[in-house]
Amino acid sequence: MSTAADVVVVGGGPAGLSAATRLRERGVEHVVVIERESVAGGVPRHCVHPGFGLRDLHRSLSGPRYAQEMVRRALSRGVQIATSTTVTDVDEAGVTLTSERGIQRIDARAIIMATGARERPRPARTVPGDRPAGVFTTGQLQQWTYIEELPVGRRAVVVGAEHVSFSAIMTLRHAGVATVAVVTELAHHQSVRGAGFISRTYARAPLYTGTRLAEIRGRRRVESVVLEDLASGRVWTESVDTVVFTGDWIPDNELARRVGVAMDPGTRGPATDAVGRTSIDTLYVAGNLMHPVESADVVAVGARDVADTVAAELLHRPPPSRPWVTLRCEGPLQWIWPNRLLVGQAPPYARLRTSAFTTATQLQAVTAGGRVVAADTLRRTTPQRSLRAPARVAAALGRDGAEIVRLV
Amino acid sequence: MSESLIIEADVAVIGAGVVGCALARELAGFDCAVVVLEQASDICEGTSKANTAILHTGFDCVPGTLESQLVHRGYELLAQYARDANIALDTTGAVLVAWDEEQAASLPAMAKKARDNGYDATVALSASQVYELEPHLGEGVTGGLRVPGESIIDPWSVVAAYATEAVRAGVQLHLGTRVQSIRREDGRYVLTTTSRTVRAKWLLNASGLSSSDIDGLCDHHDFTIQPRRGELIVFDKLSRSLVNSIILPVPTARTKGVLISPTVFGNVLLGPTADDVSDPEATATTRDGLSRLRAAGARIMPALLAEETTAAYAGLRAASEYPDYQVRRHDDENYVCVGAIRSTGLTASMALAQYVVALMAEGGFDAAPVARLPVPVMAPLGETQRRRYLDDELIAQNPTYGHVVCHCERVSEGEIVDALTGDVAATGLSGLRRRTRAMNGRCQGFYCAARVVAMMADITGRDVASLTGLDS
Repeated sequence: MSTAADVVVVGGGPAGLSAATRLRERGVEHVVVIERESVAGGVPRHCVHPGFGLRDLHRSLSGPRYAQEMVRRALSRGVQIATSTTVTDVDEAGVTLTSERGIQRIDARAIIMATGARERPRPARTVPGDRPAGVFTTGQLQQWTYIEELPVGRRAVVVGAEHVSFSAIMTLRHAGVATVAVVTELAHHQSVRGAGFISRTYARAPLYTGTRLAEIRGRRRVESVVLEDLASGRVWTESVDTVVFTGDWIPDNELARRVGVAMDPGTRGPATDAVGRTSIDTLYVAGNLMHPVESADVVAVGARDVADTVAAELLHRPPPSRPWVTLRCEGPLQWIWPNRLLVGQAPPYARLRTSAFTTATQLQAVTAGGRVVAADTLRRTTPQRSLRAPARVAAALGRDGAEIVRLV
Repeated sequence: MSESLIIEADVAVIGAGVVGCALARELAGFDCAVVVLEQASDICEGTSKANTAILHTGFDCVPGTLESQLVHRGYELLAQYARDANIALDTTGAVLVAWDEEQAASLPAMAKKARDNGYDATVALSASQVYELEPHLGEGVTGGLRVPGESIIDPWSVVAAYATEAVRAGVQLHLGTRVQSIRREDGRYVLTTTSRTVRAKWLLNASGLSSSDIDGLCDHHDFTIQPRRGELIVFDKLSRSLVNSIILPVPTARTKGVLISPTVFGNVLLGPTADDVSDPEATATTRDGLSRLRAAGARIMPALLAEETTAAYAGLRAASEYPDYQVRRHDDENYVCVGAIRSTGLTASMALAQYVVALMAEGGFDAAPVARLPVPVMAPLGETQRRRYLDDELIAQNPTYGHVVCHCERVSEGEIVDALTGDVAATGLSGLRRRTRAMNGRCQGFYCAARVVAMMADITGRDVASLTGLDS
């Protein structure tokens, strides 16, 4: 069966719903969101804490309420949402779907990929040991606890100490699980100031920095974990039945890579400009597929810019035909985004992330020949957390031959 | 279970791995009562669940051994069975890659060995021909040998198909049943187990890592199992395009070495290590083993290491102090030991079963052949098969095949229901993974595990605490 739409949005999370809603507001007629879960809304559906919607809806909602509100808004604007429907293939002219209605094809003038990001699970982090039950990611734990309401365990160790890690601790507490340790291999946690203190007092969970999860032990169920202090080599065992791997996000990039869009090695998402254009004219990207991860409201606001561009290019003017430049990163700079720019057109802003803690480094925009076009100081960077690039550097990107960004 | 419950059978098979299930399937073609006793709570839970998933031509076996003979014959039998049973099988071929002059010089001897094993289709390759076949190999290839018949197979569906065919034909499969003692009484074996007592005329020992222990319970001490651990890393499906065939190292006396192989599920395997361990339950991966694999992989195919890891696991090979399988019938005993079946056991399984029944016949087993049931048709799990989510006609008949629950592996609700309600239904989460691929993908359950576990609890009536080991 084959149908047609103006725009197909792949993924009904905050980015996809926000983009679709905005497309309708901009006069695009037929907008379809494809969501593989039975309910649209994305990750906020199972994030039961307040703070959602601050930047986009200008109020604070719980994750599930926020998800519902985003769906309500999209539907009220005439967005069509197909749930329990899986996009099995994307090409430049449309998508192929599987659902209980069978296999369908939707031809589209433009496609917005908004497939989000996931946390790296245990194998991707190469944690050795047995393979018993009781090993989670935060996303799995939250669905387990809040959506399916299944029993989790009694004592947990949380791996990772970024924002989402503290969300995992709250979920564990809600599920009646004691967090006996929070471990990060990095020298400091990567969340807001005071997070370590909050963790210790709220969950009575000691935060072990510079510590790695060396091994998981247990036959049917996790029985213990071996922790290792990386500086001293000290090794000890914690008796737990649950391990939660948190953060270390990676874009859910499979469909994007299969369609053959140019990827960025740092973000592991498609290379895009500030408004989600990719190396394929009809294919746009919104949300955490661009670079992992920002909060739902940041993503939703950014997706509006993508939708504005798509609407304008469908209704008014063709996509730009100027040449593009792809940015490369050097040094402890993991990525800078936007990472694909129209030559001569600097982005309105840029975000970046480093792979290590850095202090008082210099961010430079450099030409292929090594000439520094612009530079500014970064006071402090934190791995797993993005920050806004200094305006002086952002304004130079893609201009005067600047195609390398480095941190020295 | 009542202590007084006694099962009478003609043949008792100990072990429901690939060998035990192949024996049960073979015996289902005879007019006899067969009972299979398995200590684990599901089939395929021991050494059969963690191997390299290759259907071997046997080109590199030790010529003249029973293993060589059975692998050679088993290859044809299982290839045909897999086609009949809709089990994923891809004849990708293999390339034996030499990385220095000494290895390159040994390749003609490998080709001769292949001929001695009855396999004469190998093709000598220059370094540039190797790179043509496998352009993503690292630098330094000096030559190669192509083995066109080497194939990749879904190892779990093989065991499930054997078991399903056997059970449909009336074989009794008793899971969670560990044999504690064996004695002979009035010409019959009497097996005391953790659940029932079994009396049988014939006893077949296919207990894998326990095969020398069970041999001991029968007062034989012909060999000792020396578990050899093999750790493997499974790379993301996005790496599949890097690899065209099975990439083998030139073997050493100890092991076939670290290989890189595509899987029928669309991933790429790197492994195995080969470490002797004393604990027959030491299936944990190790930091050292995984880092050795990554180092080896980085030399063989650097681009592979840039891809995400989907899984890492370790399996134990039931090796012994002898280089060959330990298959033996003792005179005046209706007992056949089918022990020390190493990693080639998957390929050899059907030939091995025929061989064992022939041994039994020599010892007086005279059950008449009966008509076989049709080969069971397994769910299509291979990436080159027509998966359920792509089967429009089937979805029209049963829409649950269009409702994808596990997104990474694209497993539908209908497939999960099938695996939990079939003739040899999954009894736990790992069995469900093996039968459907659900939760085996890149996210390892980030998206689907909560839903799949809730579904399993609903369908089986078991509580989640027991499914996830929280009751232990």
